[in-house]
Order: sequence, then C-alpha cells, then structure tokens
Amino acid sequence: MNENTPFTLAELMIVAASEAWRDNGEVLASGLGIIPRLGAGLAKLTHSPELLMTDSEAFLVEDPIPVGPRGDYVPKYSGYMSFERVFECVWGGRRHAMVGPTQIDRWAQTNLSCVGDYRQPKAAMLGVRGLPGNSINHINSFFVPNHSPRVFVAGEVDMVSGVGFKPERWDDGVRRDLMDIRVAVTDLCVMDWQGPGNSARVRSLHPGVSFEEVQEKTGFPLLKAEGLGETPHPGAAQLEIIRRLDPHDLRAAQLKGNPPGIRPAA
Amino acid sequence: MNKQMTAADAVARLRDGMTVGFGGWGPRRKPMAIVREILRSSLKDLTVVAYGGPEVGMLCAAGKVKKLVFGFATLDAIPLEPWYRKIRESGSLELMELDEGMFQWGLRAAGMRLPFLPTRCGLATDVTRLNPEIRTIRSPYEDGETLLAMPALKLDAAILHVNVADRLGNTLVTGPDPYFDHLFARAAEACYVSAERVEERLQLDAAQARFNTFERYLVSGVVEAPCGAHPTSCPSDYGWDMSHFKRYVASATEPGGWQAYMEEFVQPGEAAYQDRNGGIERMAGLPLPVF
Repeated sequence: MNENTPFTLAELMIVAASEAWRDNGEVLASGLGIIPRLGAGLAKLTHSPELLMTDSEAFLVEDPIPVGPRGDYVPKYSGYMSFERVFECVWGGRRHAMVGPTQIDRWAQTNLSCVGDYRQPKAAMLGVRGLPGNSINHINSFFVPNHSPRVFVAGEVDMVSGVGFKPERWDDGVRRDLMDIRVAVTDLCVMDWQGPGNSARVRSLHPGVSFEEVQEKTGFPLLKAEGLGETPHPGAAQLEIIRRLDPHDLRAAQLKGNPPGIRPAA
Repeated sequence: MNKQMTAADAVARLRDGMTVGFGGWGPRRKPMAIVREILRSSLKDLTVVAYGGPEVGMLCAAGKVKKLVFGFATLDAIPLEPWYRKIRESGSLELMELDEGMFQWGLRAAGMRLPFLPTRCGLATDVTRLNPEIRTIRSPYEDGETLLAMPALKLDAAILHVNVADRLGNTLVTGPDPYFDHLFARAAEACYVSAERVEERLQLDAAQARFNTFERYLVSGVVEAPCGAHPTSCPSDYGWDMSHFKRYVASATEPGGWQAYMEEFVQPGEAAYQDRNGGIERMAGLPLPVF
C-alpha cells in the first residue's frame, strides 16, 4: 500500500466516519449526508460486512449503492425497509445513525429544530425530525463539517432535539441505558463523550490541527483522550473504494474549498 | 357507493378550525391539487398535521394555519422549506413539534381509538418541555419505567394522494414506500383521496392488490387529479419538479412573492397550473429522484 497517496480532508473524514461502525454487529448503518453515507459504505465493504444498509429510499442492499446519478448501475435488493420499518428498527435499537445536527453541547445533546428563542427563532431549521427517538433508542454519532463554537455551543443547545448526558433532563424512572452516543467526526478532529462524567474529549486530531485550535473553536472545555494522536490517513485500498462509491466526486463539494487531508504549512 | 367528487367538493366539506392531516412525506406524494383548492378557498384557522413538505409552507404563506403539528418541514433537495421558515420565524404559529416516530404513534393511537400509546421517544428532550400537554406514565408492571404517553392525534379530516383509486374508495400506492398514509386515514373522521387515475372499479391480480394499504371504508371522497402531487413526487409515476421548487423558494424572498405565486399558479385553477408547468406530459414525465 502506498502510504503517500494524496488525499482530501473529506476522504480522511470518510475513513474516520467508517471507524464509527466498526464492531457494531448486525445493525442498520444510516449515514445521513454524503460523507457519513460513504463512511458507512466503506465500513461495510472493509471491516464490517455484517452491517445492513438501504438504498436511502425503501430497500435493503448488500452492495452499498454509489452516490449520485447511477448511469447503468442497477441496484440489487436484499430486502425491504420502508420508513415504517425504520421506526420498528429504531425502537428495537438495531441501528447506528450518523447525523449532522445544527448545534451540539457539552452534554452531547443536539439541536435540529431552530436557533434562538423557540417561539420566535432567529433561524428555523428542519425540525426535530427523528432525533428524539433515535437518540434515546440506538447508537448515534455526529458529523460536523464546520467545527466552530456556533455548532459546539457554550451553553445548552437552543432546542434539545436529541438526548444527551445532562442529568437534570432525565426524570426518575426513565431508562437511560438504551442511549449510546459514540463519536463526532468534524473537519478538525474526532471527539467522544467518554471523559469523566461523560465529558467531551478529543480522540484524534486531523493532520496539522492542534488541540489548542480545536479547543478555541469549541464552546465548552475539552479533554485529551489517552493516547491522543493523529486521525489515521486513508490507505490506497480505502481511497479506491471511496472513488468507486462516489464516482462523481460529490465528496469534493462537502467541505468549503475541498481542502487537502494534510494541511499545507501556514 | 360512488365516492367520486371534485377537489372543490372535498374542500367544501372542511370547516374553519378543523384539524387536517396531509399524507405523504416532505416533498413526496403530497395531495397538492387539493391543497391548491384549499389555498383558493376561504378556509382558515386550520390545525395542520403533517410530515411537512411544501403543503405546510404554502398553507402557512396563505395564512391558513393556526397550529402546526409536525416533526419537520423540508423539500429534501432544498433542505429548508422557505415559507414554513419565514412564518415560523415571525413567531405567529402555534406549534406541536414531535419526533417523527411519536407522530406516527399518535396517529396509530387515534386509529385504534386509544387515548395514548407509550413510547420512550421525546423523553429527556425539549419536545416534552415545550408540549406540557404531553404527559408521562409509569409502567404498571414490575419495571416501573417512566414512559411518554403519546396522545392520540385525532384528525377531523385526512387528505391523501395516491396513484390509483376507484369510485368505491379502493386505492393503490405503487411507489416503493407507502409512508404513513394508512395511519392518517385511520386517524381521521373523514378521508379525501386524490388519485392520478380513477377507475370505475379496480380488478386486480394478487401482486397488484398488495399495493392497497388501507380499506375503502375509511375513504369518504375520491378526486381524480392527474399530476395532483406536483410539484412533489409521486413514485412510481413521476418525480418532483426542481424548477418549480426553485420558483416557489424564490417567492419567499421577493416582495409580494406569495401573491405573485398565487396569481401565477393557484388562482387560475388546475388546467392553467398544468399549462404553466410545461403541460401535463412534461409533468407526468419528470424523472424520479435518485437518493
């Protein structure tokens, strides 16, 4: 394997995203957005063939479907997964979704509803969508293409759409053991909430990014995970699979300016 | 047994202040021909219950919506629904914002004539804080777990769009996903269904009959509306119309934009609507989206 193959930051993030689905078992891997979806496909085609995936509409597939216009490609279906069945899957806990919330806080609570005052918001977003149910029922990870204090907010998110680790939010008798928040893959680093008391940590830094920069661009304090190192670079075989899953290079349009995976020296 | 009627007949059965559910999902298989008829009517103060797409934005823009019961509003390819966003940001909408799963659970409770169904969805989030009328319940069994009691989402009327119907009220949804239209039909006092094609009486083979997702006894009216989901998609017949969506999105940023949209596309009626969207052949031939 040629370890010197050049790669983009988007490709590095696809590989980092794929790692989130390692050793999850037979669960539905839902990557929402191009980079998470390519990450799920890469996971299934490399380390985790047991994952289930859909055509992003209503059918299960064993061969992840390339993103974008399909040309001559005709998907082969292995089963059915309508929205109704997705809820059955979600409530049974057999899913790991990676989504891109508008805001994330120190407790890993997420917001997809609105920014600002709820009654008269500065910006109405999509709505809570499936975040409340997803977050309390199955594994979730986050994708953040623009790591900043606007996303990783200083206080609590403006509208708690997805559950997190804030004890005051959990009433007596509510089961907390079914939630499972794994990682946030950002354009600077990979984070988790496995510090003391579920505090946020940086697990790995993307090439050329310092811990200080990540802290500066995060609204709450971060810890360094033990063994904090560099996010693994994509290998040639992984890049080959990514190119096959994304023949139109949609990944190049996901991050502003499509930066290289290794930052040029300033 | 002949339930066929016009869109105007169906809308004439609705009243100010009613709770009305709209089938489909986001920009997919929305009953837009009947929605346009509502936009032309004097109806007001509606509680709109939907997995929201452009019907939510348009009804908001036209001032028809008092309260919105929803989990999202989106055009998918254009993530933020422009008129929902604009009206939502003005602070004038009453809201019941729900998790997508809670939403179908509430419809299901209504359809089964239950006051609520238990779930964990929505607990430990602002969905419960912002909707204090949604209560919790303690499991009566040994586990004693605290669960959310999702109240029944009872509808005065459900409005759906399907691929094929007959005059008796039998319906077929031939796209890959039936969404939750069957639950809307069950949750409603009356259900009005528009269809791409209305036949005298469906005479199907077993494979075709499996595309039927709810019973005709739920259906009060059948409206023939070719391309009646436009500008949303109607799989397996046609895809959504991106050029129309862009025109609609632009109306939210132009001065007098909504009035201009109404005058161009809504007020002149369905025949003019088809002409102004390139004719029914173009509309029926819009390619299905690739996900």
